[in-house]
Amino acid sequence: MSHDHSLNPETMPEDPAKATMEGKHKFLGLWIFLGGETVLFACLFGTYLALRNSTAGGPSSQDLFGLELVFLMTLLLLTSSLTSVYAIYHMKNNNFKKMQLWFGITALLGLSFLGLEIYEFAHYITDYGFTFRSSAFGSAFYALVGFHGGHVVFGLSWLIAIMVRNAKRGLSLYNAPKYNTFGLYWHFIDVVWVFIFTVVYLMGMVG
Amino acid sequence: MTENTNTNKINSFQKEQNKVEMRKQIITFALMIFFTMIAFFAVMLGVSSTFVIPLILILAIVQVGFQFYYFMHMKDKGHEIVSGMIFGGILVAFLVIITFVAITWW
Amino acid sequence: MSIATTQKRGFGAVLWDYLTTVDHKKIGILYIIGGGFFFLLGGLEALLIRIQLIKPENDFISAGLYNEMITMHGTTMIFLAAMPILVGLMNYVMPLQIGARDVAFPFLNSLGFWLFFLGGILLNLSWFTGAPDAGWTNYAPLSVQSPGHGVDFYVMGLQLSGAGTLMGGINFIVTIVTMRAPGMTYMRMPLFSWTTLVTSILILFAFPALTVNLFLMMFDRMFGTAFFDIGLGGNSIIWQHLFWIFGHPEVYILILPAFGIFSEIIPTFAKKRLFGYTAMVFATFLIAFLGFMVWAHHMFTVGLGPVANSIFAVATMAIAVPTGIKIFNWLLTLWGGSITINSAMLWTLAFIPSFTIGGMTGVMLGSSVADYQYHDTYFVVAHFHYVIVGGVVFAILAAMHYWWPKMFGRILHEGMGKLAFWTFFIGFHLTFFIQHFLGLMGMPRRYWVFLENQGLDTGNLISTIGAFFMTFGVIVFLINIIYTAVKGEKAPADPWDARTLEWAIPSPPAHYNFKQLPLVRGLDPLWIEKTEGKGKMTPAEPVDEIHMPNGTILPFIMTLGFTIASYGFIYQVDHKGWLIAVYAGMAIALGCMLIRSLKDDHGYHITKEELEREAD
Ligand code: HEM
Ligand SMILES: [Cu+2]
Repeated sequence: MSHDHSLNPETMPEDPAKATMEGKHKFLGLWIFLGGETVLFACLFGTYLALRNSTAGGPSSQDLFGLELVFLMTLLLLTSSLTSVYAIYHMKNNNFKKMQLWFGITALLGLSFLGLEIYEFAHYITDYGFTFRSSAFGSAFYALVGFHGGHVVFGLSWLIAIMVRNAKRGLSLYNAPKYNTFGLYWHFIDVVWVFIFTVVYLMGMVG
Repeated sequence: MTENTNTNKINSFQKEQNKVEMRKQIITFALMIFFTMIAFFAVMLGVSSTFVIPLILILAIVQVGFQFYYFMHMKDKGHEIVSGMIFGGILVAFLVIITFVAITWW
Repeated sequence: MSIATTQKRGFGAVLWDYLTTVDHKKIGILYIIGGGFFFLLGGLEALLIRIQLIKPENDFISAGLYNEMITMHGTTMIFLAAMPILVGLMNYVMPLQIGARDVAFPFLNSLGFWLFFLGGILLNLSWFTGAPDAGWTNYAPLSVQSPGHGVDFYVMGLQLSGAGTLMGGINFIVTIVTMRAPGMTYMRMPLFSWTTLVTSILILFAFPALTVNLFLMMFDRMFGTAFFDIGLGGNSIIWQHLFWIFGHPEVYILILPAFGIFSEIIPTFAKKRLFGYTAMVFATFLIAFLGFMVWAHHMFTVGLGPVANSIFAVATMAIAVPTGIKIFNWLLTLWGGSITINSAMLWTLAFIPSFTIGGMTGVMLGSSVADYQYHDTYFVVAHFHYVIVGGVVFAILAAMHYWWPKMFGRILHEGMGKLAFWTFFIGFHLTFFIQHFLGLMGMPRRYWVFLENQGLDTGNLISTIGAFFMTFGVIVFLINIIYTAVKGEKAPADPWDARTLEWAIPSPPAHYNFKQLPLVRGLDPLWIEKTEGKGKMTPAEPVDEIHMPNGTILPFIMTLGFTIASYGFIYQVDHKGWLIAVYAGMAIALGCMLIRSLKDDHGYHITKEELEREAD
């Protein structure tokens, strides 16, 4: 390999994630993708808003939602956003071990969020018989929240893959952009969740 | 951080900058949690819906602004195109939401 | 080894090369071949439709088959023919125009192509078991209720190819933002590159609406959800809104690149700088912006209410303003130029009046009250064919003549080019002009038969005759391609005495495009060098090694996995055993993703010595 990307304190640039051309491309590409995701989620939110009162005699949002659980889930996800910021902070200081550690914590928090979401859905299905076939409201609810959950699953798999992949190799100009784009993606998942807890759960309780 | 010899050689000015940045991030996080709590409590306490819905929506928007500008660094230089793309997306998102709230038949 | 075998690689080697390529030029050619194939299929479908309508109460094809025919014709032409051919041209030409060696995401680029192509194949496989029959707009509840699997193929096929398009769009944006040659500022970019950028932005914001919509449709049809099911509180208008929130920007995704193509051809053959360059760029953005504000003009008769209808009517008519700016700028570029008329230019000159007619009927349709009369009649059919054929297809054919020498190193035969043009042009107006009047007389669109003696007989006959003229034109064009491949005149680097960077490098270009990146000193960079007597670009860098990406088969296999999974999704409704296909397909696709993210791929370098050995 004539071009070595591994980092030592002398070669450490200010922002390793954007020091190479590939890094710049990944950074910009991911942001642009997020612009598209904004529209994607807007369409799901729109559908939900149009159908949220169409319960067809089945359970309504007030019957179903419990705010304590949602609050806990929110805390988990918001905190995971902060921990990923910590991880990137350590990346900029070329401290690979700490970066992995904080991304590991991020993954754990994300996994617990996911666990609670699965618990929540299971609870609706077994205790209320509320599925995506129950009513248009059910379809729209599971579509929106499920799509977000799917993003969490994808994000976690991605994170775990790059963490395992690079565990032995350390930080380089080649993999720093991958961590960085994951970080941005993860924040965006958080952004979507902020609107979900506001529009779906909180507004659902207000009526 | 002293136990890590690797970082010692990094430009100390840069390191200091990163640290200042990190402190801002923590303040951001604290505010986000604070806003979340206000939103949840306002709803749990049963504040009237004409007041609480605009309130929680505004809190959500502000909080998301923090995520974008601080956590995701949209406030930094080199994010002009990025902002354009995100605001473009937000514009279309806005149209979509208005449509589904206002002119879709029930 | 004989000389012949070293020069001619075996078929297998060429196939493997194209299956694994990440070169934007080869991918561009693949897009054009794939899109061209679907264009012929869609054209055949159109011909069958017109034969059915040649006389009253014809029974050439059955009512059910007729519905499948119109659905597949529209879907194929928009998603699988027009758009991919344009994307192919962008892929080939845009990086050359901005002076880049590659695109930002070569891997994604290839993945995007395969998703489009296999998605299109999947959709067309439905012919064997029953094609979709709810129109290219696929309105609920008709589509939800449509029996068989036709609509399922529509959903999965478009989902795949839509995902591919979205990737292509992101790739183009990043490429243009980060990879322009030294000196190539935004306001020095050729108009075709500008429209590529703006089109990609439209793709980025429009396609997610289609993605979501198809997703809802998929779940309603396959898993019993109730998004569009009135009985459970669903709402079928959601489909229409999401479809047109995507659909109207989509028509601009088609027409903006066409505008870009004409903005390249006219200055070249009028030997004049494009008139009003800045206004052209501005108008492109304005059209894109307004293009997102007008979708409900397709829904005037749904009953959105007078306020909404008025707002959308006004916004719709406003689009005519930036479009008009463009028309006048082209005319003023031609004004006083020393004009060469060849095939490329004929298509271009024919575009201006044809498209303008389409724009004017568009404004008529945009008048919401009048649209109650026009809606769902042949008047609408005439309108959109004037803009799509008179705009997009003319542009594609013009672009073929214009860039063919660059892509394949040979010049298309002029005589055949002109013959194809005249027959197609006359056929086009014969077919569609009369349809305005058929529509005004009340002939509804998407009907299998019409009745005798209602004043519709002659008009329909003329329309069908026109279709045969167009078919003849297309066949001549195909013969021209074959003739040119065998005997065509060899093209120099700059056969048209043109103005932009792609003409500064050999035809066809080396796989790294530019040995040395050029230094751009203004708009129409090559022309500047010509007028200053140099005639060629000044390099912006010394000859040095070039970093290139490795070819890979992963995008193809990944897409194959997704296609298998889609097939499984369609048929698991009948038998749960098909879920195996879903899991297997997904496993293949995810496995490829995993390999992609775990295996480091640093690409390779072309050394300085190799570059110096190659003559320029
Ligand atoms: C001056 C610009 C334009 C205006 C004002 C305009 C207006 C309209 C309106 C109001 C309709 C709906 C008619 C109805 O269904 O009752 C329509 C249909 C249509 N337009 Fe345009 N249009 C314009 C340009 C274009 C362009 C540039 C394209 C494509 C390249 C296009 C493609 C279509 C298509 C495909 C339909 C039919 C959709 C369907 O129902 O299947 N239009 N146009
Ligand atoms: Cu439209």
